[in-house]
Amino acid sequence: MKHIHKAIIVVAALGLAACSGPDRFGPGGAGAGGGMGAGAGMGAGGAADPASPAYFQQNVGDRVLFAVDQSSLSPEAQATLDGQVAWLQRNSDYDAVIEGHADEQGTREYNLALGARRANAVMEYLISRGIAENRLRFVSYGKERPVEICSVESCYAKNRRAVTVLAAGSLTS
Amino acid sequence: MRAFLSLLVALSCWLAPVAATAQDGPLRIEITEGVIEPLPFAAPTFVAETPGAEALAEEISRVIAADLVGTGLFREIPRDAHISRVSNFAAPVSFADWRAVNAQALITGAVSTDPSGRVIVKFRLWDVFAGTELGDGMQFAADQSGVRRLAHKVADQVYSRLTGEQPYFDSRVVFVSETGPKDARQKRLAIMDYDGANVQYLTDGGSIVLAPRFSPDGSRVLYTSYQTGEPRVRVLQVGTASSQMLPTTDGVMSFAPRFSPDGNTVIYSTTQGSNTDIYSMSLSSGQIRRLTDAPSIETAPGFSPDGSRIVFESDRSGTQQLYVMPASGGEATRISFGQGRYGTPVWSPRGDMIAFTKQNAGRFHIGVMRTDGSEERLLTASFLDESPTWAPGGRVIMFARETQGEQGSSSLYSVDVSGRNLQQVRTPSGASDPSWGPLQ
Repeated sequence: MKHIHKAIIVVAALGLAACSGPDRFGPGGAGAGGGMGAGAGMGAGGAADPASPAYFQQNVGDRVLFAVDQSSLSPEAQATLDGQVAWLQRNSDYDAVIEGHADEQGTREYNLALGARRANAVMEYLISRGIAENRLRFVSYGKERPVEICSVESCYAKNRRAVTVLAAGSLTS
Repeated sequence: MRAFLSLLVALSCWLAPVAATAQDGPLRIEITEGVIEPLPFAAPTFVAETPGAEALAEEISRVIAADLVGTGLFREIPRDAHISRVSNFAAPVSFADWRAVNAQALITGAVSTDPSGRVIVKFRLWDVFAGTELGDGMQFAADQSGVRRLAHKVADQVYSRLTGEQPYFDSRVVFVSETGPKDARQKRLAIMDYDGANVQYLTDGGSIVLAPRFSPDGSRVLYTSYQTGEPRVRVLQVGTASSQMLPTTDGVMSFAPRFSPDGNTVIYSTTQGSNTDIYSMSLSSGQIRRLTDAPSIETAPGFSPDGSRIVFESDRSGTQQLYVMPASGGEATRISFGQGRYGTPVWSPRGDMIAFTKQNAGRFHIGVMRTDGSEERLLTASFLDESPTWAPGGRVIMFARETQGEQGSSSLYSVDVSGRNLQQVRTPSGASDPSWGPLQ
């Protein structure tokens, strides 16, 4: 268990780095930047503050991984999502955008649809556990935004992911 | 944006077939599946007929030769082997001198400029061993920015007279230009001549753009953009580079667009929940029609050239495979049954074949099959080949090849439908998702 926990933290840190990408959301997207900015505005601290997006990313775990060409949620993925559900229920100021991704081993348009299937699987799980549907939406990036760039399974495994990105929801709407 | 040929004059059409030449008929290269011995031709530098036209003549001659040699069907006799010099376009051809260097075809030409700066090129094509002209001489004119197009026009004439095939040199390709590392890649729509020259950018790289597709007349481009934060289909006017979003369902991602052969309808995919299906939209009325209704992924649709059928990919069987259905939707027939996964189907302009991407045993291939799925042939193999697109005439396929690893990048390649003559199309930066436009 310890190892898994560590792995999630490492992945989360990489996720943060990737979040600085220039056109990750486009002008219409809310995104992690907005969510974290709102958090800071509320006087929330870093990962030590359990109500902070940083805590969500690093301690709760903001992403789940998938098997090749699959969108079903493993028991580990469900455990992570149960943590996300608990956090989102405690922090109802946040909405979430679930980003679905695929590894590079697939054609571009199929991977867009596959990323959507993965993101939707996460969204449906969160809804089934009681998160209001209107706090959630999803977007697929297909194979356009890998977090790991090597061309072997250790990287592909981390790229086949759905990431729950917090957005300052009812605060701004 | 782009200067079009201001005038295109054919001095004379090539009407009747050439008068009977040698006993074995006019010079003609037969394109078959067998091995081809490239046909040797000579293209001495075109005669500069007005002062200052020398550089233009040199460039035009060079582009014509490059077009022909690039097909793999022709071999140029080096200029330093030439015995004859052509210094007067009207002078009789010394066939013996060209026979001596084993040139079977000879292209002569002249370039001049008129007072307004327009460039005029004339050419004649000769069957050296028969000692006759092949077709009639022709003349084309354009302003200075159209010089390469003039050369492509001449090469297209030579190519179609010698092969009997529809030409494709005077055509353009729209593609995605790529820069930056794999995890932060910048993508811009770009357009270029078929040979990689004259690259122009159509979007600014502020949003991810994917998979552009030319309209049948080359005036518009469909593509997928993240401009609104999620993938949505847009249509761009090539002339002005202005674009607008297609009115597909709001709040739902739409992608994988393609025009119908008449340019009036767009077929594309949208995703609702976990389900991706294929829809069509009339561009005149905006009316949307659902064409597939399965809980699986249906995407990458494309029309047959007569507009009656649609080929697409679906994982309804459990893995990505190719299917054909009527253009109005309904019952679909699976056509791919080999090992592995099949995607990105594209109907050939001749209507007889479908090009696809195949993924099998960790490798990617570009392949072709008959429209009923028979006679599958793989043309390429690499770490990652995808996105085939047909040249006008259907003899050549362009596709994207991505290399492996941290430094991996994507480039465009072309390959003959026979599987021969694989070559990279040089672009200023990385490139993916090519779509070959019509002959201009």
